[in-house]
Amino acid sequence: MITFTVNGTRRTIAAAPDTPLLYVLRGELELNGAKFGCGLGQCGACTVLVDGEPVFSCITPVMLLDERTVRTIEGLGSADAPGPVQAAFIAEQAAQCGYCIAGMVMRAQALLERDGDPDDDAILAALEPSLCRCGTHVRIVRAVKRAARTMAGKPMAGKVEAVR
Amino acid sequence: MKRVLLLTLVAAGCGALAALAYAWHGEIAPISPPPAATFDRAQIERGAALALIGDCRTCHTAPGGTTFAGGLAMPTPFGTIYSTNITPDPETGIGRWPLAAFVRAMREGVDREGRHLYPAFPYDHFSLTTDADLAALYAFLMTRTPVVATAPANQLPFPINIRLVLAGWKLLFFHPEPFKDDPSRDAAWNRGRYLVEGLAHCGACHTPRNLMGAEIRSRAFAGGEAEGWTAYPLDAQSPARVPWTKAALAQYLREGWQTDHGVALGPMGPVTENLAEAPAQDIEAMADYLASLGAPASETATPKAPAPDASGQRPQSAGWQAAAMALPTDASAGRRVFAAACAACHQAGRPLPLGGVDLALSTAVAAETPRNLLNLILRGVPAADGVAAPIMPPFAAMDDTALTALLDYLRRDIAARPAWLDLAAAITAARRAAAPQTTANPAKGAP
Repeated sequence: MITFTVNGTRRTIAAAPDTPLLYVLRGELELNGAKFGCGLGQCGACTVLVDGEPVFSCITPVMLLDERTVRTIEGLGSADAPGPVQAAFIAEQAAQCGYCIAGMVMRAQALLERDGDPDDDAILAALEPSLCRCGTHVRIVRAVKRAARTMAGKPMAGKVEAVR
Repeated sequence: MKRVLLLTLVAAGCGALAALAYAWHGEIAPISPPPAATFDRAQIERGAALALIGDCRTCHTAPGGTTFAGGLAMPTPFGTIYSTNITPDPETGIGRWPLAAFVRAMREGVDREGRHLYPAFPYDHFSLTTDADLAALYAFLMTRTPVVATAPANQLPFPINIRLVLAGWKLLFFHPEPFKDDPSRDAAWNRGRYLVEGLAHCGACHTPRNLMGAEIRSRAFAGGEAEGWTAYPLDAQSPARVPWTKAALAQYLREGWQTDHGVALGPMGPVTENLAEAPAQDIEAMADYLASLGAPASETATPKAPAPDASGQRPQSAGWQAAAMALPTDASAGRRVFAAACAACHQAGRPLPLGGVDLALSTAVAAETPRNLLNLILRGVPAADGVAAPIMPPFAAMDDTALTALLDYLRRDIAARPAWLDLAAAITAARRAAAPQTTANPAKGAP
């Protein structure tokens, strides 16, 4: 049996140990925020945090996660009370179809936890493994900057910061 | 007694003067930057090809910077050296360098002003380059767009920060000789040797270095290291399980990957990106020479290609479902990790670039140290721009226990090699190197 902490709650998993984390999250734990995109660890739609680092959950067997800490987008906030990164993505209207956004948000969260004031290059490098086929990248970069300001206790007013 | 002392002093004085005379190089007078029209078009094109083979832009371009404008930080065991601006800007580049100054830099490691250059600039290889090729390189560089850019100051400790010290280094380790063809070999092999030993400076990474940072010539191509990666031996000690043929080398150098050998990673990645654009016949020649350095084909394993099915197609399965392997109940932890995380691509019987390399034939698994294998697992193989090339997601979520079990399994059960020693230390080092950089932007002031 594999046991790990998901969004602050300890869960014991019934699935076979070689099952990808994504299937366990969506199927067994009913956390549907992380998405199945390519299934090959290439598109980033399935990204969640393991011990604070972004991981492609579709290629990560749960056997690697015994006694580890997993965070999904559900752990950052809810529709009624979104976390700062989620709120910033909403404020900037950074989603088009939205399929990649949970992964983008998780990568942004990991970035902002280690660098509270990332520049454009740092944001682009951190989010590079996530693909957005709609092309909302400019808004996504703005959203990450907005979230950084909020998390630093200096929230932006309605106006958005210019992006290079 | 006094006379002996005096004689000793005089001798020492003469020695010091002789040393200074050896070490001292005069300035070569600057010129007005020559107009681009003064260079021959065909010569510029030859220079462009040679610059690709010489990998010039890889070191002389900073991340996000303009090509050839320099400023790349090059960490060495002695300190950090910054590459210089080799665009023809008159003040910050080489715009006022006459051809003679360029030739002297390439052949003797001395800049136009007469200062010794650090051997991070591999003049110990470039010195083999012919007059005609140096003139072509000069023509190419002098016709680039000038960029105003000054490299940051090198961060080197005393006494290495004194350039005159390099005269002593050169006296000990730098003995340039003009390139001579081997008359017993054909023209292509000689061309390949000229490029590999010279401009391409393969030995700069693939030859071990001594404590003074000089290549150990007696062990040419016996393997070295670069930027936290192992540069595998290219000689008979090559750990490759499949012999490197000329055709395989040519494909690898040009495309950055090869079916039986895998992907060019780490500092080798940019090398193959440059060679992809270089003239095919030069790459063929380099492959010809490099293949001749390796072990005789009979001594190594033969490649196993996946068997085609009845339709003549290679197996096309990939993905987690395809990998569901019936594991015995007593399967080792490493085998379980392999089955769950690796087998979907590496045992699906699908060749590169869409499947993974057969790990029984992998050089990284067969190598002397686990360094490259760990770098590969933790960082993955990112998608290449604009070409169909192999990819691999990073498996950074593997903790040390899982990595250790996996590497033991790969090494012993898949590659049938003795276990690596000091795996724990290697994992720690690879993890540290692969970790995302925390912010270090000096331009950013306090909030």
